[in-house]
Amino acid sequence: MTAITMNRSAVRLLIDNKAFLALVLLVVVSAAMSDNFLTGDNLLNVLRQTSINAIIAMGVTFVILTAGIDLSVGAVLALSGAFAASMTASGLAPWISVPGSIAAGAAMGMVSGLFVAFGRIQAFVVTLVAMTVVRGATLVYTDGRPISIGGGDVADAFWQLGGGYWMGIPIPIYLMFFVFVLCWAVLHHTRFGRHVYAVGGNEQVARLSGINVNRIKVSVYAIAGACAALAGVVLTARLGSAQPNAGMTYELDAIAAVVIGGTSLMGGRGRIFGTLVGALVIGVLNNALNILGVSSYFQMIAKGAVILLAVLIDSRSQSSS
Amino acid sequence: MTSTETPIEAALPRMALQGIGKSFGAVTVLQDVDLDLYAGHVLALAGENGAGKSTLMKVLSGVHQADAGAIRLHGREVRFTTPRQAMDAGIAIIHQELNLVPTLSAGENIFLGREPLTPWGSVDWRRLFREATALLEELEQPIDPRAPVSELSIGQQQMVEIARALSLDAEIIVMDEPTDALTDVETAVLERVVATLRAAGKSLVLITHRLAEIFRMCDDVAVLRDGRLVHQGPTAESNEDRLIQQMVGRELADRYPYEPPEAGDVVLEVEHLVAPGVEDVSFTARAGEVLGFGGLMGAGRTEMCRALCGDVARRAGRVRVKGREVRFTSPRQGLEAGLVYVPEDRKQSGLVLEHSVADNMSLTALPAFCGPLGVIRHGREASAIAHYIEAFRIKLSDAGQPVKTLSGGNQQKVSLAKALMPEPEIVILDEPTRGVDVGAKREIYLLINRLKREGKCVLLISSEMPELIGLSDRILVLANGHISGEFTRDEATQEKIMTAAAHVATPMET
Repeated sequence: MTAITMNRSAVRLLIDNKAFLALVLLVVVSAAMSDNFLTGDNLLNVLRQTSINAIIAMGVTFVILTAGIDLSVGAVLALSGAFAASMTASGLAPWISVPGSIAAGAAMGMVSGLFVAFGRIQAFVVTLVAMTVVRGATLVYTDGRPISIGGGDVADAFWQLGGGYWMGIPIPIYLMFFVFVLCWAVLHHTRFGRHVYAVGGNEQVARLSGINVNRIKVSVYAIAGACAALAGVVLTARLGSAQPNAGMTYELDAIAAVVIGGTSLMGGRGRIFGTLVGALVIGVLNNALNILGVSSYFQMIAKGAVILLAVLIDSRSQSSS
Repeated sequence: MTSTETPIEAALPRMALQGIGKSFGAVTVLQDVDLDLYAGHVLALAGENGAGKSTLMKVLSGVHQADAGAIRLHGREVRFTTPRQAMDAGIAIIHQELNLVPTLSAGENIFLGREPLTPWGSVDWRRLFREATALLEELEQPIDPRAPVSELSIGQQQMVEIARALSLDAEIIVMDEPTDALTDVETAVLERVVATLRAAGKSLVLITHRLAEIFRMCDDVAVLRDGRLVHQGPTAESNEDRLIQQMVGRELADRYPYEPPEAGDVVLEVEHLVAPGVEDVSFTARAGEVLGFGGLMGAGRTEMCRALCGDVARRAGRVRVKGREVRFTSPRQGLEAGLVYVPEDRKQSGLVLEHSVADNMSLTALPAFCGPLGVIRHGREASAIAHYIEAFRIKLSDAGQPVKTLSGGNQQKVSLAKALMPEPEIVILDEPTRGVDVGAKREIYLLINRLKREGKCVLLISSEMPELIGLSDRILVLANGHISGEFTRDEATQEKIMTAAAHVATPMET
């Protein structure tokens, strides 16, 4: 009885979530083509490589659910990472530097959100400007040079966030799943989450239903900024330094993960689980192509093809339903 | 008003609609409609809102396809599946919402998609503007064809649309409420243009609410009621009173289950309200009372609702809810004060169509189901949703199904449940039965009575006059943003309401 229900829900999951189907397919094909793919070490490697994009993409999911877009997350990642690095170098413990950087990222997102909500400027334009300005600010702040996290106990503790292990599993993987559970709980079990969907589904309806639409909009950009900043912390910790050019084009991978995950760019429809799967699709694809020795130039073309295919399948199934 | 046609030509209709029927889903909008259009004649199409006038014209112009009946053009049966085909056959329709690209010039709009080309394939601008000028001169319009449409007045924009129709060599020109947005002067200009087109042998169809215009501008009048043609004949043989009777003449019977009020305290006081589309509105409403609002489309009723609930800011005036002066700047504040607005267009403003019935229903009342940190108590939410589905008799298979899969009547019930779940004291219902079939209508009427019994104050906006009279304790009529009539339930008749609604709106008589 339970076996049948389990079976049915598994089938249901595959039908509901084309991205998940694509992921399973991709894993099977990769495993068939290379013996090195389906090893514990490699799978942990894939998950760790995916974690940064997944964390960013989950924040961006909130924005896209409100029918917005955030192009600035890559730049926010860089500047927040730089803050984290210099705080660590000056001896501040991770329990100060990490929340500090996340708060800075949230503040950057919030400014974008204020312009989107109250300035009534298109999100694309606002966050394009934010991308440029924040990237510029990063270059000014770092003077165009990497900022090392330095040495000593504090730096070691900080480094654990990117390079450390707990029970044989890299810390960034825990962070990724922590963010996933948090986002899932917020979207599906709180009033705020319901309001995010409503604002994206139909802003006028949301307004007439007593929802403070502007507050929701500002909040989602702040969430995207906070997630980007956490990703910046992980990246900086792993490298041991903050790079002024860190996170370039990461916004595109994040948006791709959200879209592959089945979230509609028109807003109001999508799930955080889809985004996680979408990020894994990109991660597995990159990894498999690497193992197979495909040149990185071709990898970009392959990635583009997969994104197009995923979105095509999604739009076909949407219009037929 | 003599025609220039020879008697034989005039006797044959240029276009004949025969037995036209059209349904959307389960709702029948048109049933067995016959209509004849003659060369050099202006036909008025009259009827209440929702009588099927616009749908009929959309069938005629290829936007919709008829389910039954035939369209004959010069005696030959035609079947339009796209507006383009109707256009090519010489039929032009000028919609209420004009179809112009505001950033392009008048000339470009006239020839949009049919720009004259030079031998090299580029646009022949000189010829385009020369021909546009000629067309506008034909209409005696001093409009610069190079001016962007956005800089023209509404009346001038309409002339650009008419010029486009002429450039297509249209024989049949349909105008949907052309004078609705026009000033008196612009209306006079339009009347002259209509006379010119008529003299040139065009067939014109004019949809209008303004009765005086029908008698001034039109040769014939056809009246639609509930999707059926109830009258077609020369205007010379009719008069305003008879026309009103034909438009509204429906027996009240027991379609409207009225209950006398047990009116309580005054809960809503509105003094000299001014807002976009609302010029000066004052009234008071009591708990346990249904206050009806009649008037034509565009009279300012919806605008008044939006100002009351806080969706748009008011410019002047005072509003008191339960004696306390309020100034809502968002619908949220209105809801907190116990006032809810159920909008007329449930698809645009009432419901998130793609989302589930359950998510829609609980959206407004969500704070009531939340614990600390805004965590939703799913059990409480689900039981409230189940209660309302049962109480409102909403027919569905699963509360998780998208609301767009429900019928119009059930969608409207979801919209009402969504608004009523937070237990408001003042309920503004804007056209609650629009696009709803007869059975669901009656259930909504019973619901309105129940709200009244529960001591809520109900403001009911309805363009369906029998419904308005059948349910309201008191009726106010709006015209041009003013209150143009107030009737008790005993005084109110459809004729009185129609007169109050239409007469002020007639430019010649203001």
